[in-house]
Amino acid sequence: MSIQYFGLHSITGSLVVLDHVENAHFDEMARIVLADGTERTGRVAMLEGDKAVLQVFEGTHGLSLTNTRTQFTGRPMEIPLSGDLLGRVFTGAGRPADGLGEVVSEKYGDINGQPLNPVSRQYPRNFIQTGISSIDCLMTLIRGQKLPIFSGTGLSHNKLAVQIVQQAKLAQDTGAEFAVVFAAMGIQNDVADFFRRSFAESGVLQNVVMFLNLANDPIVERIITPRCALTAAEYLAYEKHMHILVVMTDMTAYAEALREFSSSKGEIPGRKGFPGYLYSDLASLYERAGIIEGTEGSVTQLPILTMPNDDITHPVPDLTGYITEGQIVLDRGLEQSGVYPPISVLPSLSRLMKDGIGEGYTRADHAAVANQLFASYAQVQDARALASVIGEEELSALDRQYLEFGKWFEKLFLSQRFDENRSIGQTLDLGWALLSLLPKSALDRVDDQVLSEYYRPEAGRALIEKERGSNG
Amino acid sequence: MPNPVIFSVNGPVVKVRDTNAFSMMEMVYVGHCRLIGEVIGMNDTETTIQVYEGTSGLMTGEPVEPTGAPMSVTLGPGILNNIFDGIERPLKTLESVSGAFIGDGIDVPLLDTEREYDVTVKVKTGTVLQGGEAYASCQETSAILHLCMVPPMLSGEVIRTVKDGKYRLNDEIICLKDAAGQEHSLTLCQRWPIRRARPAARRLPPSRPMITGQRVLDTLFPIARGGAAAIPGGFGTGKTMTQHQIAKWCDADIIVYIGCGERGNEMTQVLEEFTALKDPRTGKSLMERTVLIANTSNMPVAAREASIYTGITLAEYYRDMGYHIAIMADSTSRWAEALREISGRLEEMPAEEGYPAYLPSRLSEFYERTGAYETLSGREGSVTVIGAVSPQGSDFSEPVTQNTRRFVRCFWGLDKSLAYARHYPAINWTSSYSEYLDDLAPYYEKQVNPKFVQYRSEISTLLKEEQTLMDIVRLIGSDVLPEDQKLVIEIARVIRVGFLQQNAYHAEDTYVPLEKQYLMMKLILHVYRRAQELMRDGTALADIAASGIFELVIKVKYDIPNRQPERFRTLTQQIDATLDGLRTQKKEVL
Repeated sequence: MSIQYFGLHSITGSLVVLDHVENAHFDEMARIVLADGTERTGRVAMLEGDKAVLQVFEGTHGLSLTNTRTQFTGRPMEIPLSGDLLGRVFTGAGRPADGLGEVVSEKYGDINGQPLNPVSRQYPRNFIQTGISSIDCLMTLIRGQKLPIFSGTGLSHNKLAVQIVQQAKLAQDTGAEFAVVFAAMGIQNDVADFFRRSFAESGVLQNVVMFLNLANDPIVERIITPRCALTAAEYLAYEKHMHILVVMTDMTAYAEALREFSSSKGEIPGRKGFPGYLYSDLASLYERAGIIEGTEGSVTQLPILTMPNDDITHPVPDLTGYITEGQIVLDRGLEQSGVYPPISVLPSLSRLMKDGIGEGYTRADHAAVANQLFASYAQVQDARALASVIGEEELSALDRQYLEFGKWFEKLFLSQRFDENRSIGQTLDLGWALLSLLPKSALDRVDDQVLSEYYRPEAGRALIEKERGSNG
Repeated sequence: MPNPVIFSVNGPVVKVRDTNAFSMMEMVYVGHCRLIGEVIGMNDTETTIQVYEGTSGLMTGEPVEPTGAPMSVTLGPGILNNIFDGIERPLKTLESVSGAFIGDGIDVPLLDTEREYDVTVKVKTGTVLQGGEAYASCQETSAILHLCMVPPMLSGEVIRTVKDGKYRLNDEIICLKDAAGQEHSLTLCQRWPIRRARPAARRLPPSRPMITGQRVLDTLFPIARGGAAAIPGGFGTGKTMTQHQIAKWCDADIIVYIGCGERGNEMTQVLEEFTALKDPRTGKSLMERTVLIANTSNMPVAAREASIYTGITLAEYYRDMGYHIAIMADSTSRWAEALREISGRLEEMPAEEGYPAYLPSRLSEFYERTGAYETLSGREGSVTVIGAVSPQGSDFSEPVTQNTRRFVRCFWGLDKSLAYARHYPAINWTSSYSEYLDDLAPYYEKQVNPKFVQYRSEISTLLKEEQTLMDIVRLIGSDVLPEDQKLVIEIARVIRVGFLQQNAYHAEDTYVPLEKQYLMMKLILHVYRRAQELMRDGTALADIAASGIFELVIKVKYDIPNRQPERFRTLTQQIDATLDGLRTQKKEVL
């Protein structure tokens, strides 16, 4: 175990090659000590004969072929785990970064995790109320779900994530504790600070574990940041039986780090230079959300990614969308017209919603109002497209009503204040009131019985009067 | 020559130097913890092995052990009502061995060897059996009778049998002596290599549709029993949902559901839902005639590549018993990506978008294993494949979609804009097609109604016309169109909302028998003709619309239960009366 290897065979990017190596394990960790005594961490990325290829997490600057001593640890990459993780701040590689010293570990966890057996999973059904109308009504967040926010640079995704963290509430309070694991990958110092401040202000900081790999930190470390965070999350969820919300930002920076690393290994690139295994790699992160049958505790993921050039077909959002259970898409047009949160309703979706809403979860009419809002808002888009060609005056009466509905929907339903926490009941009632601005015959997604119970044109009119009154 | 040992490890790819102990496609055990692997390449110095489990912790110099047999699965009772990983390891057994998280190097029997089946022996000593003939049967689940068949390449005389009774998987049932005088002990199960198609006597032409109860599929783009269909669509367009619907309602005897590189929660959902769902045909749980293969996206990539073959091999085995099997493969793109990933590790020369040059040939090999067949023993069985495709960036021109298109005859293109408007199933009626229409026309005309095919093409024409008209409307608005064209748009809306849209969560609408599909088409076309007549006589479209008959037709899917087709007659009379009323009003005004 104590064999040390002096020097290196070669160095490329963040990879170093050692030769005459004996008994190295694939995927194990190695300690690399420089001549000046500083220490780096490497992982075996490939073995060939007596050569071992190591990826160095802190980067290879300052390394030479002669100034290192390398020692293999015989263990995969592990982080110490304990209930004391809560309230702590770590680097992207899982080392303490808050000056509070090492974590006294109850056990060590392999950061790569292991795939959860589909037979052992419990299908997620429990609704998490975020207090945000558009999310609660139209793309409901479910405990154990992975629901990413697709955003663009400069949009208010961070604000939205903080609001969700502050307001998230389980519909059926089971008494289990709730905590947040925050993983920052390649984000600016200011953004990390915004999250820390917001958590502190809302008094949840004692229930937050932070793993920070900022924009100027090494990219190889960025690749392990979400893995450290998820290992901590799984430990807290499945062994400490807490409900964990994992916020990971920014997945695009993570994928770019992966691309940079892949190209330094000389791998054959797939689309836009990203490695061919980007899907499997992202899945190895996202699939770590879930609930284990028969145990208390859950891991819910809220990854944030910025779509380069707002392009939803870019490989990162595209592959993410295929793995995650829906997506919340933010829209620059809405943001510019002053709508917060600027959620673009039509491309947004929650796949788990259908089994977590309705009688016994939210309210019996939830599915009906959600379907009808989607369908009617799609009509609004058609009417707007037509109006931009032939002018509003030329539109049919119904299309003009759609424009009116669309305007109030964005103003009263989508928009809400940063500190405004609406209950699911309020949200659904608001949805019905807005739908009642449309003629009854246009509401073709709802069956007659439900419609006669909830169709209230006077409620719609009253809502608008009130809004006009408060502005005038 | 020394025993073969690991020379290099790179992700799931392991290489061995200077050995000739292996043959191509042979299954091997890798390392001290005996990970399952398969030989995928060799040259004069190196043998390349892909490993179906995680390779963390492997060292160079660890042994690699040949098994002498290609990568195979065990075929026998115990497959149905079960869930396996990509190489047929039962996930429930894995759970009991390693807990909620799947560990590596776990060696478990593929099928339950302890369970006893009530076996009926169908042959006597002295009988001469050919490959594929059944020698015993047992009730595998309440829905399916399992036939134990002589392996395809074997034949001979029965020299020993057991009595009817309770036997376990590996107990000898008969003993066969072949022409060379060699004895073969046959149990309830047999092994078969996953990459080789099981032989059959001859291929039968497609002549009967696989009925799914989904209107847009059965009526507009039907698939034949033994056919292959692709469902391409971007994320969130409803590929999985469509496959669930087909699996639940189609008239196949057995469902093989392959979750290939998809979500874990989705497989859990399938398992839960199918277990709870009462099968309309047997009255028992749907799982009684279903097998699930789950290799989720975070499970080892090499096993994902194998899962498709494992699935189709299981299906062919049941086909040989004379059953009709439907395979749902979700998603073939993930399988293709697994190919690409392994190809990359082998440093092969990539073709389009990094995919290996052999992608089309692998795809065609897979899709050509579908078909309706006369089996070796003269039974009739079929394997139908519905493959989901997840095109990158929803771009149908990418290699997997394009190459799949060449090998399937049914293309159900999912459309993002339909999905955004929550039009489900979001199957685009202009980009989709079925080449089976002509093959299946006689069936529809004979079994449903002689006019079925004619009505179908009228519906299809109306949709096409609407599309042309909408191009104009989008530019200049609908007001400028003449009345008869406005009617086309109105009727097309009725078809879209009332016929093509189908609500999977509605008790009546989730499955619709062919007869009701026919009656719905008939009603829509009847209303169209009557409205045309009235308008020729001068009634305005607005008046007809105001009478509410279009809304009435749209809601027919909910209002008339599947079991009461006779109510279409009364409804038609009611609509006729309303329209006659409009005509008299008109006359009175005159």
